[in-house]
Amino acid sequence: MCLGIPGEILEIDGHEARAEFWNVEKTVRLDIVGDAVEVGDYVLNHAGFAIRKIPDEEVAETIEIYEAFLEGDEEEALEEIGATDATLEFGSRPAAVAEPGSVGAGGPDDGVGPDGTPVDGGSDDGD
Amino acid sequence: MATDATLQFRDPDAAREIADRIDALMADVGEPVNLMHVCGSHEQAIAKFGLRSMLPEGLAVRMGPGCPVCVTNMPEVDEAVALAEDGAIVATYGDMYRVPGTAGSLADASAAGADVEIVYSASEAVELAEENPGREVVFFATGFETTAAPTAAILAAGPPGNFSVLSAHKYVPPAMEVVAELPDTDVDGFLAAGHAATITGYGLFEAFVEEYEIPVVVGGFEPLDVLLGIERLLEHIDDGRAGLENAYPRCVSEEGNTAALETMWEVFETTSGEWRGIANIPDANLAVREEYAAYDARERFEIDPDVGAADPLTERCICGDIMAGTADPDECELFGEECTPRNPVGACMVSSEGTCKIWLEYGGRPDL
Repeated sequence: MCLGIPGEILEIDGHEARAEFWNVEKTVRLDIVGDAVEVGDYVLNHAGFAIRKIPDEEVAETIEIYEAFLEGDEEEALEEIGATDATLEFGSRPAAVAEPGSVGAGGPDDGVGPDGTPVDGGSDDGD
Repeated sequence: MATDATLQFRDPDAAREIADRIDALMADVGEPVNLMHVCGSHEQAIAKFGLRSMLPEGLAVRMGPGCPVCVTNMPEVDEAVALAEDGAIVATYGDMYRVPGTAGSLADASAAGADVEIVYSASEAVELAEENPGREVVFFATGFETTAAPTAAILAAGPPGNFSVLSAHKYVPPAMEVVAELPDTDVDGFLAAGHAATITGYGLFEAFVEEYEIPVVVGGFEPLDVLLGIERLLEHIDDGRAGLENAYPRCVSEEGNTAALETMWEVFETTSGEWRGIANIPDANLAVREEYAAYDARERFEIDPDVGAADPLTERCICGDIMAGTADPDECELFGEECTPRNPVGACMVSSEGTCKIWLEYGGRPDL
């Protein structure tokens, strides 16, 4: 089980890497991580596969989000967690919170445009 | 560094402050609220850190169909057992080992002399095939998107010819729709699983939110992540709106891991099938596509499983109600009596991600 805690890549050999999670070294496959990974990067591991490269700053950012919540600056925090507010009354979310530059909404692989068209990996293309 | 960050996600003062906000929101809502999460890791975090003890009366947080092992249908286990009995090396994740089929489990088959290997990852199953070139190695592959994508990556990478996959992979989003439609289920908000959403992206839930008018918040697995997810859901409920939020941005993006998704849909396609104890769900099982038929155990072998009568105790098992969110484990007469992790009756007691096993490990109803 992974807890969203970064594991650090120690060495890379093709599709495989050695990574350190909580002082434990594990072999991690890099096939589906989706980003170029280098020694020193942090990845999220699940069942032996890295499923996301995690930039250091995102951990710190998330802590800041919690702090913003606790200090009552909810609007800023909402923007930072990528709140989409797909309210039923309005049918679509306010564009202001879906801008691609929105911190923390997805990190380096977040290329979604302001229209927020979701990538539906679901049953539409599944059959 | 990672350790420091983790400790901050477990800061008790911050947790108390979020819990206070939850209290205030519940007071404002003024009526009972039922939230559902769909991930064994969420239940583990809730039980392990005693989070239910921080929640006000009237706020229920229940686990739905969040345990892929638990919803694996008995005939799928029968297929794996049959392959092992016919001489294949069957590799699977540890949680599947003791799951009862209609005629027995893989553990039973192993005890009777069949080769059953527990693996930590799909790539370990491939290594078994490389180490045993004269044997057929079948990977009995279970899990949601987080393990389906790795299984797909293994097949896409071209494993040895003696390797194949018996897929029991499940796809969560259609199951959420089914649970939302169950007549006895009353869910006011879903805490979506951060791990699965790391793969699929949170944008996937937008259509669900609009169709079912139920708010969805994607949440992480540290105590503060879970509490924050609950708080965000209550905010939506209090405002009377159904929205979608990502409360786990350090791992989840709107579009998800597109490389993993591409690989997953290259190898798998959705198909309808039974989720044990819940329903026959359209498009919620993942089958190996025809292009990869050479690695599909169901294409490669004529599987003829023994179909047993199963254990009569299973008729008294209420796993289905528990996974539908209409009952709690301690409402089951078998819980902790005839049904224990050592001798599980229902699938929810087998897996470390099953609601019953988690509750039993943490002392029954984990809200004290």
